[in-house]
Amino acid sequence: MINRILAWLTDGAHWQGDDGITRRLVEHVGYSLTAVLIAALIAVPLGLYIGHTGRGRVFVVNIAGAARSVPSLGLLFLAILWLGPKLSGDIAFLVPAGLVLVVLAIPPILSGAYAGVEGVDPDARDAARGMGMRGTQVLRNVEFPCALPLIMSGIRSATLQVIATATIAAVVGLGGLGRFLIDGLAVRDTPQTASGAVLVAVLAMIVDLILALAQRYLVSRGLTGRYVTVPTFDAGDVSPPAPTLQHSA
Amino acid sequence: MTWLPDHLGEVLSLTVRHTYLAGVPLILGLLIALPLGWLARRYRGLYPILIIGTGLLYTIPSLALFIMLPLLLGTKILDPANVVIAMTIYTIALLVRTVADGLGSVPDAVNQSATAMGYRRGRRFLSVELPLAVPVISAGLRVAAVSNVSIVSVATLIGVQQLGSLFTDGFNRAFMEPIIVGVVACVLLALVFDGVILGATRLATPWQRAGKAPS
Repeated sequence: MINRILAWLTDGAHWQGDDGITRRLVEHVGYSLTAVLIAALIAVPLGLYIGHTGRGRVFVVNIAGAARSVPSLGLLFLAILWLGPKLSGDIAFLVPAGLVLVVLAIPPILSGAYAGVEGVDPDARDAARGMGMRGTQVLRNVEFPCALPLIMSGIRSATLQVIATATIAAVVGLGGLGRFLIDGLAVRDTPQTASGAVLVAVLAMIVDLILALAQRYLVSRGLTGRYVTVPTFDAGDVSPPAPTLQHSA
Repeated sequence: MTWLPDHLGEVLSLTVRHTYLAGVPLILGLLIALPLGWLARRYRGLYPILIIGTGLLYTIPSLALFIMLPLLLGTKILDPANVVIAMTIYTIALLVRTVADGLGSVPDAVNQSATAMGYRRGRRFLSVELPLAVPVISAGLRVAAVSNVSIVSVATLIGVQQLGSLFTDGFNRAFMEPIIVGVVACVLLALVFDGVILGATRLATPWQRAGKAPS
């Protein structure tokens, strides 16, 4: 089977054209990037605001838990059946599917941003105030950088979730790598289905790796202790609150 | 709402299958994650390897994993075992880190006291470290339980029957009611799983209530 997958993947003809791997890969990355970007633009400021002011905490805690239990496939089908007839052409499935991707990406980013600000050392916050910083300055210069590790892990969770959901969204007509899986299953073309599965898995791993590297370089050295050569406390004993990666598709 | 009363039996039997497909992996995953988490604590060098390794497994989208497993294991694609194994992999991926961190949350002084009282390593793990790590492990288990319930529904795309079958069934006939029933049933089932784990945690951690009792 491995050989048949390799043969399928290395066949140049499968990479070209409107339904080739290259095109599907670009589509998949495009959908995922757009959805996560829109979700982050909504969820990061909202999470920072809630963490900073403490308003609406109950809302965030509950929505993150509730969102995890909603099956994304069901949500996808409902969105298509509900919104599809009101739209026409390609956007009849593009808009509902995109909406579902954004909606699924918001809770993990929101709870990451909120938990990040919430977990900032009160001493650091007080020190910033003592230095004369105003509320927004504290948020921008202290709370945001300190919250960045958890914001990033929220974005990583959301991205995994979106890549997985974009895969199953092929069943409602969306492009992307999911097409190979869904179409392959439909016509029992095992090499195509399996190759699609391998491509999706590799894509998810590479994207997560890139985000992990981005996190490494974005987070302040003061927090990570990178480049510090002086022996400090044993970081292994005070692990930060474990950000729970999640995806439900 | 005329569909549900007529199909109550069907929904119930799908719920039972769903409970099995999401629940068994939770128990299997916990049983496998416990020794792995212990190893990650015991041998510090293993920690990053285990965490990164299981983290990579967790990134694989469920549909891709459902499709790849039969090819790797030689099982039939329609075999529910694929779903059970895939969900077990996700559960392990979530829990190894939780178990390691939970064991790490046990104060050193407690471990040293236990050793001073004559507890050997194995018994200390079972009767001191593990019980004290229960609250952290339980938090991870709740996340795994809730996401398992929702991921299992994707298995309908490879033809394995469970509550997700209501989604494809409804969608193919452009009929929303079975989909809504399926979504609600999934959410309710997730709540039940969550409640059971919370209850079990309460029973396993009597000291957590002791302090709060009026004296």
